[in-house]
Amino acid sequence: MRSPTPAIAPPRPKKAGRASVLIGAIVAAFLLALALPTAATAADGDPYRISGNVQLDGEPLEGVRLVIDGPGGEQEVETDEAGQWRVSVPEKNETYTVTLDEETLPEGIAVIDPEDDSPNEKEAEVGAGGRVTVNFFIGEGERNVTSFGAQLFQRIFQGISFGLMLGLAAVGLSLVFGTTGISNFAHGEMVTFGAVITSALVGTGATLLLPLWLAIPIAIVLSGVFGYVLDLILWRPLRKKGVGVVQLMIVSIGLSLALRYTYQFFIGGGTTQLPYATAEKFPIFGGLVSVSWIDLATIAICIIVIVAFALWLTYSRIGKATRAISDNPSLASASGIDVDHVVRIVWIVSAALAGLAGILYAYYRPGLKWDMGAQVLLLIFAAVTLGGLGTAYGALVGALIVGILVEVSSLWIPADLKYAGALVVLIVILLFRPQGILGRRERIG
Amino acid sequence: MDWLQILSNTGAAILAPTTIAYALAALGLAVHFGFAGLLNMGVAGFMALGAYGYAISILTFGLPWWAGALIGLGAAAIFALILGIPTLRLRGDYLAIVTIAAAEVLRLLFLTTTFDEVTGSADGLSGYHGSFRESNPIPDGTYGFGPWTYNENDWWVRIIGLITLAVATFFVWRIIHSPWGRVLKGIREDEDAVRALGKNVFSYKMQALVLGGVLIAAGGVVYALPSAVNPGIYVTSLTFFVWTGLLLGGAATVFGPLLGSLLYWIVFTFLGNVLPALAQSGILPITGIQAGTLRYILIGVALMLLVIFRPQGILGNKKELTFVK
Repeated sequence: MRSPTPAIAPPRPKKAGRASVLIGAIVAAFLLALALPTAATAADGDPYRISGNVQLDGEPLEGVRLVIDGPGGEQEVETDEAGQWRVSVPEKNETYTVTLDEETLPEGIAVIDPEDDSPNEKEAEVGAGGRVTVNFFIGEGERNVTSFGAQLFQRIFQGISFGLMLGLAAVGLSLVFGTTGISNFAHGEMVTFGAVITSALVGTGATLLLPLWLAIPIAIVLSGVFGYVLDLILWRPLRKKGVGVVQLMIVSIGLSLALRYTYQFFIGGGTTQLPYATAEKFPIFGGLVSVSWIDLATIAICIIVIVAFALWLTYSRIGKATRAISDNPSLASASGIDVDHVVRIVWIVSAALAGLAGILYAYYRPGLKWDMGAQVLLLIFAAVTLGGLGTAYGALVGALIVGILVEVSSLWIPADLKYAGALVVLIVILLFRPQGILGRRERIG
Repeated sequence: MDWLQILSNTGAAILAPTTIAYALAALGLAVHFGFAGLLNMGVAGFMALGAYGYAISILTFGLPWWAGALIGLGAAAIFALILGIPTLRLRGDYLAIVTIAAAEVLRLLFLTTTFDEVTGSADGLSGYHGSFRESNPIPDGTYGFGPWTYNENDWWVRIIGLITLAVATFFVWRIIHSPWGRVLKGIREDEDAVRALGKNVFSYKMQALVLGGVLIAAGGVVYALPSAVNPGIYVTSLTFFVWTGLLLGGAATVFGPLLGSLLYWIVFTFLGNVLPALAQSGILPITGIQAGTLRYILIGVALMLLVIFRPQGILGNKKELTFVK
């Protein structure tokens, strides 16, 4: 899930006793620990609020200057990295004038509204609720008129790219579920691991400073090793102990918390970019879609890896054994399959695929963050559930559906709700086809 | 290092509204997971409904505080019904995935700028205390001793919170020791056996889901009473923290969630005070921010160790394990 965008610590009660100081401290620590970016608030003391969003074709615009005039004086504010701005004002049931400084918009872009002579100036009435939103329509006139078809293609393309990436993570999660029965909530952290290790290897600080083409394979191998180590020190002993699947699920939640905050411990709460994250975009398919070579490489890598994985799962001895265990562990074991060995390999493959997905996701977002894996964990779960719990190919189909759905739905619903749309679809599909698209009826029991 | 201040802050956690809110939420979760075996991973969503239901009723519709609280609880009951209908007939882990997804959908709905005028989007809501404070019978002033010295408003929040907790605990204790509660435990142990006895398993599970959901939402209301509502609080981590509190005390007990939440907050506050102090005085070679992060790592590790080595919790009985499946 996308982490909460700007938030400020709630104002403290008027007469602050020691307890409210403590609560304030807890809340502040909470926010600090969650590393929420602080918003540009003008006068924190004022109770009422005007806010808004400045976006161009769904992309937030940062650093746009707005002037808010009215009772209590003139205030200036700039949009943050999410394109959002807010000011506190002292009076309600009053009208304020919000002016967007068009000089601060990118070249060739303006506020457009054919029915308004001065579209960059708006009146905002702060009503009884004490808060009001002011949004501006921004764009280049002609682009908005012809854009729907092109936008749709662009979104579908991005959706396929995102879906393939989710697919890499989802097939791993699905394999682990199929062979061990664990709903692994720490899978998101295995995704983050790949990105974090790559960032450490290419080095912004005094680290190894390897070139990217070498760092990525090493990071994937290390992700696999990470999966192996987790199986060795955690999951295998628990298997031997005969711990139940619900317990294992909660253990994975604990592991997820521990790993996530360990990343934050080392890399901090900010966003770090990998090299070439801002590669230039160029049009393909006759200008319908604009991509960077990073986008193309992402899709190529995903397709190659997924095809290789499918061949491995279908034809290799271990792959066949894996599917046999997913189907019926006791029968597989009785047929002479070394379940422990296969499960270990499944953990390694699953972690390596998750690590690769993490590296690609760090380019897609763009930037890596300590909780980036947790942000997509639910989408990965949605993909696995949609496809049918425990079926690897189903997870892939589910991931493509989720990826395209997330991207295309943002044409109609606000961009900050696009993940919500995918999750609602997950819940609705469970109503009608609980076994998933490729799942078998018997699995839902 | 100022040990007196650290101990005083830790002591204050015992009566903090947050602790009471966690205890209520954990009690509701005990009804879900401990007694009915329902894997509710959407605790944060239920709490957010309680908190936002309370705040929005007061701010947007101008209702008195008690009506706001009731609307918060009602919203959670409806939410439980909506979640229960598609998932209670399915295997347990489906409920886990659906509840965690639904809680996240709620958080995104409260966070989006689309409904900013009602929900306050990323800033959340505040300034809804008027009606609650007017109902306060305590005269102005500061009361109490030691770390538990509060003004009249802070005491009023705590008193209302503790009364709610006491009533809820008594109610859960009675209902769990009634025939209804025994059927519920039977469903947890062996659903098919209970069905064979002619009981409507789906209906019992649904009642448990609604009851627990309302209790968790009450926790959300108490969380919102003293300060403000902020969408950054109702993240999935909150769900996991409440789970940690519940499992610490004992999931299949009535008083376990209370003890677990209390111990959780005492340890959490103590670490939150002592770790930065240790870092500051150079005993731990880490920065203050890292010291703040360290306690979350420790919670994760503690949750793992707890589930592996003492799944029944402090008060639980090994024979009555809730992890039956």
